[in-house]
Amino acid sequence: MYQYDKYDQQMVDTRVEEFRDQTRRRLSGELSEEKFRPLRLMNGLYLQLHAYMLRVAVPYGTLSGAQMKALGDIADKYDRGYGHFTTRQNIQYNWIKLEDAPEILADLAKVEMHAIQTSGNCIRNISSDHFAGAAADEIIDPRPYAELLRQWSSFHPEFSYLPRKFKIAVIASDTDRAAMRLHDIGIQMVRNDAGEIGCAFYVGGGMGRTPMVAPLINAFVPLDELITYSEACLRVYNRHGRRDNKYKARIKILVHEMGKDEYTRQVEEEFTHLKAQGIEPPLAELARIEPYFADPAFKTGIVDEIASDAPDFALWVGRNTVLHKAPGYVSAVISLKPVGGIPGDASADQIRLMGDLATEYSFDECRVMHTQNIVLPHVEKGRLKELYDTLAANGLAAPNLDTIEDIIACPGLDYCSLANARSIPVAQKISERFAGNGKTAALGELKLKISGCINACGHHHAGHIGILGVDKKGVENYQLLLGGSEAQDTSLGKITGPGFDEDGIVDAVEKATDVYLEKREDGERFLDTYRRIGMDPFKEAIYG
Amino acid sequence: MVELLRFRDDEPSESPAVTVDSFGDQSNAGAVRIEPGDDARELLPHLAHVRRVEINFPVFGDGRGYSAARILREAGFEGEIRAVGDVAVDQLAYMRRCGFDAFQPDKAMNDADVEVALSRWDDVYQKTTDGLTPIWALRHGNADV
Repeated sequence: MYQYDKYDQQMVDTRVEEFRDQTRRRLSGELSEEKFRPLRLMNGLYLQLHAYMLRVAVPYGTLSGAQMKALGDIADKYDRGYGHFTTRQNIQYNWIKLEDAPEILADLAKVEMHAIQTSGNCIRNISSDHFAGAAADEIIDPRPYAELLRQWSSFHPEFSYLPRKFKIAVIASDTDRAAMRLHDIGIQMVRNDAGEIGCAFYVGGGMGRTPMVAPLINAFVPLDELITYSEACLRVYNRHGRRDNKYKARIKILVHEMGKDEYTRQVEEEFTHLKAQGIEPPLAELARIEPYFADPAFKTGIVDEIASDAPDFALWVGRNTVLHKAPGYVSAVISLKPVGGIPGDASADQIRLMGDLATEYSFDECRVMHTQNIVLPHVEKGRLKELYDTLAANGLAAPNLDTIEDIIACPGLDYCSLANARSIPVAQKISERFAGNGKTAALGELKLKISGCINACGHHHAGHIGILGVDKKGVENYQLLLGGSEAQDTSLGKITGPGFDEDGIVDAVEKATDVYLEKREDGERFLDTYRRIGMDPFKEAIYG
Repeated sequence: MVELLRFRDDEPSESPAVTVDSFGDQSNAGAVRIEPGDDARELLPHLAHVRRVEINFPVFGDGRGYSAARILREAGFEGEIRAVGDVAVDQLAYMRRCGFDAFQPDKAMNDADVEVALSRWDDVYQKTTDGLTPIWALRHGNADV
């Protein structure tokens, strides 16, 4: 994985000193909260309902064992002994004191980490495919390009006061595991007819209160124009994105209102202008970055079978391991969705343990998934059983990847100052309901996502089943959506009808799944059945 | 306290600035003021006459002025670009990178803070027109980029 050189390290160290100074000026009263707010936000520090929350960047979701362990230590030292992995492949700490924040950033800098631009109206942490470098179906590892974009977008002088936040994802396979088209810019690495690698640019996707699927604006941007083209996309947005209404300020609204063709025309015009400015790093810089992401030394001639008859282990293997490009290896997913647990939460001890396991079993590497789980990307099949036993002994072996128990949920009204309703208790009740009634296995792949407000951090629009918490005359109310997808068949869910209370929504979800179990045809997932039969049978079962 | 912070050797031009709209009809005006919604490119044909461009920041969070300044510098404008309005010390470094070389903030800045803010960063990741060598060029032994 990528390692800082002296320049990267110095940039991060300088930022720690800058923030230390800003925090001192805030604590002394020299800086008002109004002026301090955007500065702390650009260092990932939010003021939430009960305390400050710090969001730490995990570039493209990749962490070394030592970095993961450092995240566990921070949870102990500065928080209440746990951390929360997020839908942006980051980690958040919910109980931070302002005066500790500079020290936490200093601790992070020691392991080549930071919280730069994890909030604020700037270019956020770049996300990517959590199976990058391991997936059998990728044409190339997308992370070197994500790293190039990380450096370009860090401390960008022109794009730090954008109309609104800006999120970029990079993938390199036709199977989309990063919700690429629901980003402000989604980049898919592609190969053209001449066999050259380039970037397909999708611009103007997003969730929030006006969800949109990003249209393709350029099918092939050559590698030596990636940064210049990105700069052109951002400049048109910075100049013309709406600033009169924060709810219409994301680039998706600009692309929608201006029209994809006109936006593209303006980008191309700006691109032509910027090409003459010589702002593109040389290909030698990509060549410098690429070796950091070279394959680890996979063993050859090792066992390609997973030998165990233990039923619990077999179930976990079947659900939580994923095909790997190297024979004898799998990617193993550590579910952070134990039945009745808080999706994405892990204790300090669990975080440190996962860091140790990354070192021991996966070439010192782990990944944060946007589905709030952790991946050990490269595990030998012959060592899976001992890995599993360790996970099981530490509450980390829930066998539920991509099932209805593998729920994405935002922090909701338990923590978040924006939320209208709680998300976590609903997630807990749903996973308990389905673990209890034993239907999880029969339901197969079913992606359920919960947001506690229309900002959609829990990706409810993109859930096969989505739940949106709203405030209805002072009472928490939950709307049900069906038919969303974040994958390559991206679609947005539709609301079934009137909302429910906390117990009612759990019943409604079960009724919807019963319709599927009754109506499904061979090989259909919940989403496929919904797409075939439409909303009516579900409505009838839920409201009839 | 700093009322007007300037990084130029020439004498400040204090002729009144006209709006972008009226500038086309008053090409003898030596100074023009860009508001956030104005298109800086409308000035490009007339830049030869202009000694000072003021770019107004009614609120610091409206970042359109950063693009406006870069567009002027990228077009070769060598006159003064002055940031006016809601400009604070924490924005100075990025503004300098975008081509601003004068600052007239609503609220005066503390000299010591200005000194710290402008000397803090040794290196930069991006190339702009400010003449600094980006890190990628330093890495590949090309300090002249």
